[in-house]
Amino acid sequence: MLVIAVLVATPVVAVVLSGAAGVGEASLPRGLGSMVLTTLGLMLGVGVGTLLVGGGLAWLVTAYSFPMRDVLVWLLVLPLAMPAYILGFVFLSTFDVSGPVQGALRSVFGAGVWVPEVRSLPGAIIVMSLTLYPYVYLLARNALVEQAPGTYDAARTLGAGRWRALWRVLLPLARPSLAAGLSLVMMETLTDFATVQYFNVETVSVGVYLVWKGSFEFHTATQLSVLVLLFAVAVLAGERLMRGRARFHQKGGRGQGLQGARLTGWKGWGATALAIAALAAGFVVPVTQLLWWAVGDVVSDPSTLWDARFVDYLTNSLVVATVTALACVLLAVVIGHTLRLGGGRLVRGAAQMTTFGYAVPGAVVGIGVLIAFARLDELLESLGVPGGTGLLVTGSVMGILYSYVVRFLAPAYQAVDASFAKIPPTMTMSAMSLGATPRRILTRVHLPLVRPGVAVALVLVAIDAVKELPIVLLLRPFGFTTVSVWVYELARENFWEKAALPALVIVAVAVVPVLVLFRQVRLVELRGKAE
Amino acid sequence: MHRRPLLAVSGLVALAAAVSGCGVLGIGDEPADLQIYTARHYDLEQAFGKFTDETGVTVEFISGDDAELLERLKAEGDDTPADIFMTVDAGNLWNAARQDELAAMDSQVLEEAVPEDLRDPDGRWVGLAMRARTVTYNPEAVEESDFDAEDTYAGLADPKWKGRLCMRDATASYTQSLVASLIDLHGRERALEIVEGWVANDVDVMSNDILLLEAIDAGACDVGISNHYYLAREKAENPDLDVELYWASQEGAGTHVNVSGAGVVEGSDNPDQAQQLLEWLATDGQNAFVDANHEYPVNPDVEPEPLIAEWGEFERMPLNAEAYGDLNAEAVDLLAEAGYK
Repeated sequence: MLVIAVLVATPVVAVVLSGAAGVGEASLPRGLGSMVLTTLGLMLGVGVGTLLVGGGLAWLVTAYSFPMRDVLVWLLVLPLAMPAYILGFVFLSTFDVSGPVQGALRSVFGAGVWVPEVRSLPGAIIVMSLTLYPYVYLLARNALVEQAPGTYDAARTLGAGRWRALWRVLLPLARPSLAAGLSLVMMETLTDFATVQYFNVETVSVGVYLVWKGSFEFHTATQLSVLVLLFAVAVLAGERLMRGRARFHQKGGRGQGLQGARLTGWKGWGATALAIAALAAGFVVPVTQLLWWAVGDVVSDPSTLWDARFVDYLTNSLVVATVTALACVLLAVVIGHTLRLGGGRLVRGAAQMTTFGYAVPGAVVGIGVLIAFARLDELLESLGVPGGTGLLVTGSVMGILYSYVVRFLAPAYQAVDASFAKIPPTMTMSAMSLGATPRRILTRVHLPLVRPGVAVALVLVAIDAVKELPIVLLLRPFGFTTVSVWVYELARENFWEKAALPALVIVAVAVVPVLVLFRQVRLVELRGKAE
Repeated sequence: MHRRPLLAVSGLVALAAAVSGCGVLGIGDEPADLQIYTARHYDLEQAFGKFTDETGVTVEFISGDDAELLERLKAEGDDTPADIFMTVDAGNLWNAARQDELAAMDSQVLEEAVPEDLRDPDGRWVGLAMRARTVTYNPEAVEESDFDAEDTYAGLADPKWKGRLCMRDATASYTQSLVASLIDLHGRERALEIVEGWVANDVDVMSNDILLLEAIDAGACDVGISNHYYLAREKAENPDLDVELYWASQEGAGTHVNVSGAGVVEGSDNPDQAQQLLEWLATDGQNAFVDANHEYPVNPDVEPEPLIAEWGEFERMPLNAEAYGDLNAEAVDLLAEAGYK
């Protein structure tokens, strides 16, 4: 447990130390105060936005049944598949001054038609809410499905209406999951650089990049990134606060639970329209635009449709994503399990440490890994090991995998932990008092119970890993290219028509784990009904 | 309980892929003679392939971000596989040289092929492709004579351009090095006045040169500042695009240019062939290197490709890499002070 925490924290600590070592004379960037305010505003806005969209949709698909609900349940996760560095551009080219939407408005209402400023803080909040809501949606939906059916039934038998049961019983019970989803959204918002840059929103992360890349002052930039870490600490503290002291556990027992009330007529189609609208904004519109470009590109030059290297890129992406997802989930289960078996403040603190990597920009994690291994090399050489670790980090995929675990342990842990939170401690204790070994408790008690969380964790991490960019860009060995690198190379030079096809491939790849998750959720539901 | 079989199977698949797919994962391939870290990737394969055909020296590269690749170089130290570090601007080359990551070359060929201001005086890096950052405009709304021919960039601070300007954001290195060159040219105080003038004209700040050109084409703004090759690329796709190019400051200091260039890495185990590649790129390989991206050759003996040749010759502001590098931080600060986002 402590080992995991140390391993995960090492790169971040390495960067901070190297920043502290080179106390530069360079000053902090001008306008830091407004950057802090902007960051706060963005996080608050996106937090509220994702809570409304993600939580609302989760409630809608769980509590009601309406036309196309069964398909929409899993389609709604898809905006996750869209990498931020693609989304910003696609959104602007669709909705900004030169895009088709404003062009159409101008041709209908004349050139003077007023349109809200797209490149602004509200614009960024809307776009990020519409694309990040699946984190909240997935965890919230999971919470509602897993929710002790007995509790809901009890509330209903005691005379509470659906709404009252929602507000007074289900919502408080779902709080840990909502908090977990929200904290992921916050960290994602905090480390985002691509989207905010497109929308001219200067957050603290933008400040770090400005100092690093604009002033060539890496040391000062790392000092500034400590500020980003402070925000992350605040997010995690906020999450704990939101979960509160309360511990809600599934008390066993079976009941009908939350059954989807059938919505008919305009109400049903209204619900369908609502879900489709959310999906359209975050997924269908960008995918359509990408398809449009891709078709145009293929028509103008059919040879671009197939590139032999493509299979390599795809295999690389898939292998790295699979290994990362499995590793992260394994570690997350181990952490959750260890916490369950007891452990003091130290273990708890260590568990918290492991989720930190998600709040650190990818490039910083990557450089942290580089620095950490450079120091390790020096140490090994001074101990008489010639060559040290050699080029372990950048000469193989080990560096990438390590960095991915550091960065993506948080989503895995949040999802698994939200499931662990529902297991009553008495159950673990009973197993212990009956003489079960920790290992047996893990395989026979904990694992089966946290399975929904494990499935969500696998999906979250796999999708994150497929679209991840800064780390793979920085640490990949020669000859190693993933689909996301391929997209980036084209997109960076503004070859958007050419980038569209591989970008669609990333989306398609991300759909696979979503399908797997969907099957899993269906199985759970079917079993629930069968019993 | 079918979770465990599933886990086991996927674990096995991953393991099998990791073991059998060594080639796929980039391990175990025979390394090429020359390895390059590059922030540039316009059709590099084409140029390097031609070099290999002519000399038999094989080349492979990793593309990424200049500043990040430099940190990788530093962390790898003497173990680095890289022989050449290639960037898309002079400031990053200057920075790499300043941090002792580039080795000095002693090359008659480079000295003859590349003008003095486009390479390091100590021979640690050399510019290989030149890009101009100049004024672009919508001919339906603007006449060439509307521009200040002596100092076109400063002229855009004139109130007559209020509400008509589009420029790139402050995080863009293009904006930063343009402002750094203005500081170098006019001093900080005057440069601040210019940028404040742009801001007072309600400059519409865009995050992307292509979006900027399309905004001019759509009539959303009349004038912008952009890299010449983006316009060339857009024109190649759509010759009817309502955007024209104006060579800035031709009666004054000349148009702002920057170079994409490279240097031999200090820890290179093959510096001779690395230098050979750079010499080839600056001479016989110029067209293969710059044409696909519509850039200007740095070598005055080499003709630019036809589409940009139509814009004629232009006077360029001499490139002061040290100033671009050194003053870049000040440019960032100045942009913030002027309230330019």
